[in-house]
Amino acid sequence: MPKSKAFGLLLATTLIAGLLAACGGGGSNAPETNASASAPPASASGSEPRESEPAKSVTISLLTDNTQDAVNSAKALIEAFHAKHPNITVEHETRPQGSEGDNFVKTRLATGDMNDVFFYNSGSLMQALNPEQNLLDLTNEPFQANVVDVFKPTVTFNGNIYGAPAGSTMGGGWFYNKKVYADLGLSVPKTWDELMANNDRIKAAGLTPIIGSYKETWTSQLIVLADYYNVQAQEPNFAADYTANKAKYATTPAALRSFEKLEQTVGYMNKDFLATTYDAGLKMLAEGKGVHYPMLTFAIPALLQNFPDQMDNIGFFAQPGDNADRNGLTVWMPGAAYIYKNGAHIEEAKTFVEFVASVEGMAAMATVSKPSGPYVIKGAELPEDTPQVVKDMIPYFDGNLTAPALEFVSPIKGPSLEQITVEVGSGQRSAKDAAEMYDKDVEKQAQQLGLEGW
Amino acid sequence: MSKVIRRTYSNYFLLPAAVIYVAIFILPTVMSFFFSMTRWTLADWEFIGFQNFATFFQEPSLSIGFRNTFVYALVACTLKVVLGLLLGVFLTAKIKTKAYLRSVVFFPTLVSTIAVGIAFSMMMHPTEGMLNTSLAAIGITGPDWLGDTRIALLSVALVDVWKGVGFATVIYIAGIMSIPSDYYEALQIDGGNAFDKFWRIIVPLSRPATNTVIILAFIGGLRSFDLIWTMTKGGPGFATDLIASIIYKQYQAGFYGLATAGNVILFLFVTVLAYPLSAYLNRKEVDL
Repeated sequence: MPKSKAFGLLLATTLIAGLLAACGGGGSNAPETNASASAPPASASGSEPRESEPAKSVTISLLTDNTQDAVNSAKALIEAFHAKHPNITVEHETRPQGSEGDNFVKTRLATGDMNDVFFYNSGSLMQALNPEQNLLDLTNEPFQANVVDVFKPTVTFNGNIYGAPAGSTMGGGWFYNKKVYADLGLSVPKTWDELMANNDRIKAAGLTPIIGSYKETWTSQLIVLADYYNVQAQEPNFAADYTANKAKYATTPAALRSFEKLEQTVGYMNKDFLATTYDAGLKMLAEGKGVHYPMLTFAIPALLQNFPDQMDNIGFFAQPGDNADRNGLTVWMPGAAYIYKNGAHIEEAKTFVEFVASVEGMAAMATVSKPSGPYVIKGAELPEDTPQVVKDMIPYFDGNLTAPALEFVSPIKGPSLEQITVEVGSGQRSAKDAAEMYDKDVEKQAQQLGLEGW
Repeated sequence: MSKVIRRTYSNYFLLPAAVIYVAIFILPTVMSFFFSMTRWTLADWEFIGFQNFATFFQEPSLSIGFRNTFVYALVACTLKVVLGLLLGVFLTAKIKTKAYLRSVVFFPTLVSTIAVGIAFSMMMHPTEGMLNTSLAAIGITGPDWLGDTRIALLSVALVDVWKGVGFATVIYIAGIMSIPSDYYEALQIDGGNAFDKFWRIIVPLSRPATNTVIILAFIGGLRSFDLIWTMTKGGPGFATDLIASIIYKQYQAGFYGLATAGNVILFLFVTVLAYPLSAYLNRKEVDL
């Protein structure tokens, strides 16, 4: 009796194991089946032979997020790449955005089922991927010479570089409606007080000074995050001290000021700002119903697509500080292309990533998706037809008046920031209180990450 | 058939179910108790004792979460019992369109909660939503249903009731139909009116149905998540956070061990509230 019982148990376990295995697999098996297909003759390709050029055709897979823009860019990249490397086929797969996407990526890495190449955020989110265990070290790849230095720290972990830029930078600051500015005789503000004075004039004219789209809570963080240039201008060591648990938002006046600025916007937003979505916010901006929209310039492709005839009316400026002489822009770095360390086709994946991080790669993406800021690849220029709103950012870059956002220079970013900023922006919580609460939130994250000194 | 064979035979049939039960229910439960005491990144883990529980209890919105969860469960449960009973009485009465009306009441139960949440959050938009534009048409300025921190939780609870009352009604219909007609005849002989029929027969004798509705609605309310997440995401700020939404946010942030600890706490919380309630209600039940 016990013997057959054991057998039954074994059978059942095998069954379950089989079921689980069926859920995985997928992507990693696909390349082998494709590789066995007949290879086209090598002479058919026009490109010069390369060391990494496989003799047989190989299929690698690429994972990107599922926004229309990301999908278009990926398709354009793959097409341009395939024209140059006909022996390497890239299969495209998408994942959700936001924290669902983060969990998607982490789960795939944890179960050993990651795509050969994947596009993912640089900065604090990349740090959470356990790079040493999961990602291929790209420090010594020749293409790193073409990458602008300011990008490299955002994909560096313990001194090794794990990613290559996959897109353009974006600015965090304020969109404004130029038509309304001209009608009311306003000028682009250089200090926070000037900005608030503009807001008063706009409000007096019966328009909505600031667009709030807190239905999508992430949009509420912009004023605090885009203020980092101003924080860094006053406290150059803030990022390092903050990471080492030596500086706090609540006790650093320059940092606390970011929350105070948000607090001052209470009462200037559209009445239904808690129920307004990001898309509705863009519409308000384009139609001039709202005059200012604190937002990332990654909104530009969406604006271009939905309101092409309004583009000349939309401008952009950096979030002003308290000193007009130190006016600069907080910059979000592009996401990066990473190679999965245990992938089956490392060499081909490298060839693809090298192409992504090249002038050609950037140009291929620019054909379908307008850049939201300058590139971090040497020699990659913005296309001629770049909208003026992107060109508004160039003076900051040319004048070296930029700083990466805090989340790119520190691995810590508290997960509750967006809820806290909703409370501040809707007048439920004071700036000081919010900064203290956020410090607690950050402490929790640092402990969960197992950082030293917390 | 000998006794031994009969016993073996039945045991073999139990085995698949037992294996599934152990693999899918018991094992994850035991594992979650373990992982709640680790710092867990899915790939590897580090044992940190009860630190996650301590961290979870320091969560700033936790007290709001416990209060909201309790209020939400109570409001949803009470309204489902009251409305379910009234609708049950109405739909067992002699009315012509009974079958049609029954399906109308039951219909919301069939719709996906996510769809209900999205539809209602659009209807509850403060300036463009159907609710407030209708109110405006008759000269009333409607509230910001989901943006006002004082009523947002209530708004969601009401949608939960709208969606769940059909199920409560069905249970009540079954309960009321099973009351033997002798009682009504006796009431008629004694000269009781409709009011007596309701209070002296239907309410006490549909007690098993009431108990079922209370237990299901209360436990459902305590661990409810999907509706609040689609409608408010726990906001504005932390105003409508439930324990389940707090847990989900920890999971989203990648704090898997901490989120698991939260789940263990929720499990204990529901058990501590629901088990005595169920025992109490069962003691009070009467036989027909």
